[in-house]
Amino acid sequence: MNLALKELRRRPGRFATATVIITLIAILLMFLGSLLDGLIRSSTGAIRAQDVDAIVYSPAAQASFARSRIEPDVRARIEALPGVDEVGGLGVVQLGARVPGNGPRDLANIALFGYEIAPEGVPEPPTDGQAYADEVLEADGIEEGMTILVGPARTPVEVIGFVSDTSFNGQGGLWASEATWRTTLGDNRPDAQLADGVWQSLVVRGEADIAGQIDDATGGATDSYTVDDAVNAIPGVEEQQGTFNQIIGVTIAVALVVIGLFFALLTVERVNLYGVLKALGAKSLTIFGGLMVQAVVVTLVASTVAGLLVVLLDVAIPPGSIPIAVSAGSILSSTALLLLAAAVGCSFSLRRVLKVDPASAIGTTS
Amino acid sequence: MNALELSDVRKIYTMGDGSDVVALDHATLTVADDEIVALVGPSGSGKTTLCSIAGGILSPTEGRIVVAGEDISDYGDKQLTTFRQDSIGFVFQSVNLVPFLNAKENLTVVDELGKRTGKPAQRRADLLLDELGLGDRKKNLPSQLSGGQRQRVAIGRALMNDPKLVLFDEPTSALDTELGEQVMDLIRTEMKRRGTSAIVVTHDARITEFCDRSVHIIDGHLAA
Repeated sequence: MNLALKELRRRPGRFATATVIITLIAILLMFLGSLLDGLIRSSTGAIRAQDVDAIVYSPAAQASFARSRIEPDVRARIEALPGVDEVGGLGVVQLGARVPGNGPRDLANIALFGYEIAPEGVPEPPTDGQAYADEVLEADGIEEGMTILVGPARTPVEVIGFVSDTSFNGQGGLWASEATWRTTLGDNRPDAQLADGVWQSLVVRGEADIAGQIDDATGGATDSYTVDDAVNAIPGVEEQQGTFNQIIGVTIAVALVVIGLFFALLTVERVNLYGVLKALGAKSLTIFGGLMVQAVVVTLVASTVAGLLVVLLDVAIPPGSIPIAVSAGSILSSTALLLLAAAVGCSFSLRRVLKVDPASAIGTTS
Repeated sequence: MNALELSDVRKIYTMGDGSDVVALDHATLTVADDEIVALVGPSGSGKTTLCSIAGGILSPTEGRIVVAGEDISDYGDKQLTTFRQDSIGFVFQSVNLVPFLNAKENLTVVDELGKRTGKPAQRRADLLLDELGLGDRKKNLPSQLSGGQRQRVAIGRALMNDPKLVLFDEPTSALDTELGEQVMDLIRTEMKRRGTSAIVVTHDARITEFCDRSVHIIDGHLAA
């Protein structure tokens, strides 16, 4: 191992090409990971923020608010369940909002929620006509105390404060009272208007497995999810994750091939040296261990540089322009994946190292 | 105790087409304690094979090999690796120092690959380099040393494990006549000073005058 580390320290140029290529791959991987996190965050924040045990939709809604209707009698049956502690209505309308100071076509994309049980980080429902806005909407010029005009009907909503990580389907969350939501929905989407007492969905606090109990008790009149399941059931979320995970998988495969090829070439180049070391008494595993150490160090250096660059990139990107969420977790998980790829890629050289014959050191001139 | 006893050793290589090639045929050789033997022969005569078998790099097809009383005839790969670490010194044809290690580290690498004694190995490397006249070159990389200095480092490396037998593979082939003679003189001096036996593989008859005796090998057959 000392030998391997000394070579890295004294001949860094030899590893420069591989380090640069792996750094670029690491940047791509970390950027993709952060982009996926950002997209998922901007699509699911409103649901993840729900501090409840079940989210209830109507059976054919497929976890879509727009398709879901929960009638008052269904709500009453749910409220009557022994394992239920609290039930609240939840509805949303996704619209464009005119922001004072912005151009007439420069609309802010908002998802206005009406709620009865406050999600995590969101205060109790405000007075009618007011709303708490997600901080991503600040990038659209929305400020506290500002009145924005929502939808084609230009329904006025006053922003009285900001909350974080409550976006939905890529649109900034706007958290308002039931009346404000119903008014906005009715004014701007008359076709989707709901009768009093009818909600798009319900959020329920109670026993941990309450979701299943609700569906059983309503005899199929509901389709209930835990919060985690509801997040994954949001239309498009799984597709986004699947697409990005495939791209990330291909990137890791490329990293594996690059590392594998580099160390395979390095091994071929060093066959004579390895023959000498084996003749001197080095074990094959000692030599392979040195290669592995070099692969891990090169990958760690590349990942560290890439991590720093991605953080700088995140700082440089204007807030709200790209849904990117750089986190230590995503950088560390990308690093771990790259280290795994390095170990697997490097292991392609094991066979060649094992095959190096110490006899090759004798009778050769170079 | 003899440094090396080869008794009726054969080495047969099976080629890709299934045919056999006899590289060493019933070779018998004894190298006495403190003796330097020149193994002389043309290319392809079996010098390298004999040297490799004596050094525990190759296993014989038949025959018995005893190095300083240790019978290695039936050793497996792992045992041979340990045997080489402990008992054999090698000086290769092109010196073959590790290019990114300095002179001293090229000696201590033998310890790192083997017993890992640490400080005693450091002290031994210092001592050997001082004795070989390289006391002021310990920190130099091979690329910063002359051909003769590199050869001396290689000799020092071969002596690091205090071997019973040192095998020199054409140690002067890359050197001019004058430097070659200097190196052979150095080899003889260092081997005799330590009482270490050596086999010097060469196809250059002039080298033999630095050795105690010469053994000729032709087509795998030894002839005194």
